[in-house]
Amino acid sequence: MNSIARIGQWFHHRLPLADSILEMVQHPVPRNTASWWYVFGSASIVVFVLQVVTGIMLALTYVPSAAEAWTSLQSLDHNVALGWFIRALHGWGSNFMVAIVLLHMVQVFLFGAYKYPRELTWVVGVFLLLMTLGMAFTGQIMRFDQDAYWGLGIGASVTSRVPFVGPALVEFLLGGPIIAGATLSRFFALHVFVIPALLIAFIGLHLLMVVKLGINEWPMPGRLVKKSTYESQYRELIKKEGIAFFPYAIWKDVVFAAIVITAIAACAAFFGPFGPSGEPDPTIIQTAPKPDYFFLWLYAILALLPPSLETPALFIGPAIVIAALLLLPFLFGEGEKSWRRRPMAVLSIVLLAISLATVTHLAGSAPWSPEMGAWSGQPVPQKFLQGRTALQRQGALVFQGKQCRNCHALDGKGGQRGPALDAVATRLTQDQLIRQVLQGRGNMPAYGNNLSPAETTALVAFLETLHPVGQRPARDASGVAGTADARPSPPTRR
Amino acid sequence: MAEQNTLSRRALLMKLGVLLNGLVAIILALPIVRFLFSSVTRGRSGAYRSWVSLGSVDQFPEGQTRFATFRNPYVMPTDGKTVDTPCWVRHVTGTQFQVFAINCAHLGCPVRWFPQSGLFFCPCHGGVYYRDGSRAAGPPERGMFEYPNRVQNGAVWILAGELPTPGA
Repeated sequence: MNSIARIGQWFHHRLPLADSILEMVQHPVPRNTASWWYVFGSASIVVFVLQVVTGIMLALTYVPSAAEAWTSLQSLDHNVALGWFIRALHGWGSNFMVAIVLLHMVQVFLFGAYKYPRELTWVVGVFLLLMTLGMAFTGQIMRFDQDAYWGLGIGASVTSRVPFVGPALVEFLLGGPIIAGATLSRFFALHVFVIPALLIAFIGLHLLMVVKLGINEWPMPGRLVKKSTYESQYRELIKKEGIAFFPYAIWKDVVFAAIVITAIAACAAFFGPFGPSGEPDPTIIQTAPKPDYFFLWLYAILALLPPSLETPALFIGPAIVIAALLLLPFLFGEGEKSWRRRPMAVLSIVLLAISLATVTHLAGSAPWSPEMGAWSGQPVPQKFLQGRTALQRQGALVFQGKQCRNCHALDGKGGQRGPALDAVATRLTQDQLIRQVLQGRGNMPAYGNNLSPAETTALVAFLETLHPVGQRPARDASGVAGTADARPSPPTRR
Repeated sequence: MAEQNTLSRRALLMKLGVLLNGLVAIILALPIVRFLFSSVTRGRSGAYRSWVSLGSVDQFPEGQTRFATFRNPYVMPTDGKTVDTPCWVRHVTGTQFQVFAINCAHLGCPVRWFPQSGLFFCPCHGGVYYRDGSRAAGPPERGMFEYPNRVQNGAVWILAGELPTPGA
């Protein structure tokens, strides 16, 4: 007996784990599940391990104190050798983890793997998804920059709207009366101790169930799941065409894991770490906070919902989604597994993907946010000033000076909160323009108290010039008033 | 008979053990829960708020709205700059002031004052308020948050200490 085998024997005698481990890694799987579609679950675990390792690395320098967190990230980025790279790995790893967990979920859903007897595996998986999102959210706060600070403010505002206990919940969340040291400390505890511990426990449970119940077989259209027959059929399938997971099926997981880690490292190296943006000093108010990529959809939805629907949608919406996910395997625990015969399943995934992509894309440009510097930073395009009267040009000055440009674009530049005004004269008559400016409507404030009559006259005169060449401005239907531009052309008779 | 006795003795000891552990759990849980919710109990009793000075009245010309900052009255050693709180001070006339929180009544983003148009704009979702803090446009369902204020010994004082939120 050589010495390595003897050491092995010594350990085996005192730590008899080898059999359980062998049973685990060699558990039989149906031959056709050794597929590229079945690699996302293992990849999620690999990325999770990367997150744990890089997280511990970061904790060697990071200081979870509101006074020092931001500065400690600066020194990680600039003073510690390759600190920026570890930060980037952790940041990109988090993005990849959310993406891969979602892919895993979509695959499991489309392959009907949540059906009998794997309902509980799915339920644990739903909690794993929520925890992954929880890690992504709390991780964003660890950066403790301006975005994190004001993001917490948004979180507090949302939480405060919970009926009855809202304000108390805010104080619990923040650990005090304001966003400060205690807030960062408790999110640090969540990000580093609470959620990871739960994640590890739930991943263990999830894996144990996969091994004990067997991996979901490749779904064949027409082969229906019945509670009475499924298990004997699965045993037969394993007997007929089962292979040991290790070493026959695992190689695809291994290759995919290597690809994912390489991709994360490449992104980290090329694009670098995320933030930190400005210092978390609340007195610097020149900021427009935006969440990280995976929460942009939420940011967009909050902006696009009508105000009266916000509060119900914020609390009922997520509750419905989570309840639906949890109930799915119990409502549809039997029947067809193959996505080829489940058009509603495919359709709902497509619909969900398109909706999420659309609102995320919208959030990228955030057309609902006023452009705070447009009034002083974007000059009135020349074509709107050439050949205009002194009054009209004075109006253009009023238009800029009163910050109209922050919400209204001209020639594609300026805020998009309100409609672009390049052709406003074709939509509104002089009277309507005056009314809109003075009284406001919908999302526009009334300027009645902030404009002198002279300013109003000049502004409206300018607005009336905003119509395409060759297209007449809108006129009062009564035909009497007309607008400045319309006056020279009397009604034509044929 | 003897066997029955040992059995019941075991069961009794087991029950006693469970009871003892339950007792210990309750004794330990009380301080733990009290600790965990300390920020809530303190807030509910209003202990966070107190009067803070924004400085001399002279800094705030009549009829104008000016940016001001104050140090939050409740400070912990690790708070850093987060306790420096901004606000908008509107000197209406004489000793009449309005002091607005920086936080938008929609989702708490920092609103900015534009004296030219006499409006507060929120950069996040386009909430707009008039100079008196009333809602002008956009998603907020109410006007700006206002701190109670008073003028004393030539200085402006506000009652502050908590992050204003729409649900409070």
